[in-house]
Amino acid sequence: MILNLQNFVAREKPSWTELDEALGRLEQDPDAALRLAHAQRLHYLYQRAGSSLAKLQGFPPENELRRFVEALVSRAYTQLFDRRRRGTRVRARQFLTVTWPRAFQRQLAAFWLALAVTLVGAGFGASVLSADPDSKDVIMPFSHLLGDADARVAAEESQVNHRLGNGKSTFAAQLMNNNISVSIRAVALGMTWGIGTLVLLFYNGVVLGAVAFDYISAGHWEFLFAWLLPHGAIEIPAILIAGQAGLVLGGALVGWGDNTPLRSRFRKVSGDVTTLIVAFALMLVWAGFVEAFFSQYHEPTIPYSLKIVFGALEGIALVALLWRRLPADDPQL
Amino acid sequence: MSTQLRNSSSSPSSQQNALEIETPEGIRFSLPLASPILRFIAWTVDLLIIALLTTALGQLVKAIAIVSTDLAAALYTLSYLVVSTGYGMALEWKLRGQTVGKRLVGLRVVDADGLGLESSQVVIRNLLRTIDLLPAFYGIGGAACLVSARAQRLGDLAANTVVIRTGLGGLPDLRELEGNSYNSLAANPVVAARLRRSVSYPVSTLALDAVLRRRELEPDGRVATFAALATHFRELGRLPESVTRGVSDEALVRNAVQVLFQPDAGSQRRR
Repeated sequence: MILNLQNFVAREKPSWTELDEALGRLEQDPDAALRLAHAQRLHYLYQRAGSSLAKLQGFPPENELRRFVEALVSRAYTQLFDRRRRGTRVRARQFLTVTWPRAFQRQLAAFWLALAVTLVGAGFGASVLSADPDSKDVIMPFSHLLGDADARVAAEESQVNHRLGNGKSTFAAQLMNNNISVSIRAVALGMTWGIGTLVLLFYNGVVLGAVAFDYISAGHWEFLFAWLLPHGAIEIPAILIAGQAGLVLGGALVGWGDNTPLRSRFRKVSGDVTTLIVAFALMLVWAGFVEAFFSQYHEPTIPYSLKIVFGALEGIALVALLWRRLPADDPQL
Repeated sequence: MSTQLRNSSSSPSSQQNALEIETPEGIRFSLPLASPILRFIAWTVDLLIIALLTTALGQLVKAIAIVSTDLAAALYTLSYLVVSTGYGMALEWKLRGQTVGKRLVGLRVVDADGLGLESSQVVIRNLLRTIDLLPAFYGIGGAACLVSARAQRLGDLAANTVVIRTGLGGLPDLRELEGNSYNSLAANPVVAARLRRSVSYPVSTLALDAVLRRRELEPDGRVATFAALATHFRELGRLPESVTRGVSDEALVRNAVQVLFQPDAGSQRRR
């Protein structure tokens, strides 16, 4: 049956206009609370517009009237079935003590894989440097680490006051910027079926292993730990967590042992991936401050034992937080 | 709720991809997907805004540098990171899937099921821009958009989001249908009934669209479109010469549309 278009539009236009105005108000103020009566009215108008749309289903998709009603229905649908929580506040304590450890523990396999690949890379970096000391300039991308380890340690320890002069804040900011950018890349590379993330973690491990071997083989293990631990106890796990997030994404993309559609797999992990992203960003901000304002000071300014204890305490606190026993009654865990 | 892709194919030039959604109540609607070109334009606008914001921050930092150059440089580094990473996230969350560029171009990010965005979706799709931008100018993201049935870049794929077009016009002006002249078809009930019985729904809606949008057509295209439709109606409805004599193709089509969509109107109007 062909519609009597004029009568149809004349009859429905008031409700379309009312729906359009109600949606406009909601879109202007997304966090506004919706009263029950308004929600019921909105639902009625949505259903009525849906019914109008059903009458226009035979019209071509480009038809202006159909497009108009379709746009109204889709806007109303988005508003009525919105999953965004209105008026919720960020709860820092809840995030740090429950949300983050829970997401971390749920995706623990990806963390172990990230750690294993980094360790393999570190072993590779150390063995290459051990077999061919001349390969240092290829393995280590940092010019200030290329010289002799003894000379570097002597130079660092001779700077009694501070080696960064007045540039500590800038240095901290640059460290945060660089580390967060690398970590974001580790997450994003998860979309290469996780291969890019694995390569990045391996490379990171190679550099770490080579640097550690360089200092330890020269007998400067105490200097190394005192230099690296205060910030590394947080920074290295942060990059591993970024790798964990990337591998979780890669795992969802590959879908081994999971027959659900790709969209469902991504939806399942998106909350955990976001939690891990926020977590590593916070960790890297902390690590940036520690590296700029604490790690760069050496003996005799700060005793190595104090720096090592500080770093070890950070590491223990992090492990205790991430492996903490969570409420057993939580259905998600 | 189910979603599927529809590829409308009214004509090759106007072909557009759309995401079709069926709600639990059985309501079906489609969301027109944004093309990579439109998205690129929106991104360019956003990029310009980010550049403006960072330039403004640079000026602000110059003022802070009077107090401490170290603090100023640190603030600039961090602000740049926050602005470049957080611009898309903050605006898409606050403006429900829109940045300034998207709003200007008429685009919106929505969940792949047509719902609003969750915070995790906003974070993931914006952070994964890092890989979509590679090797330059959205190379990977653009390629992914072109091969994806939902025109999704990798960030959209991971976040389960799509970018749709919004603001595709308002309620059409149905006064275009009315006209002022005598409707010879409506005045002849037998012919009108035959026309209603014989003309298919798709052709009738096509004619309706032609009449409503006739002012948008190029002169030559307008003449050709109405000539083809008028010929179709003449043949299908076996219209006698008495009702078509002296009536232009466009007037004939409008008369036919009036008969088809406004059975009560037109027959009373006289010259």
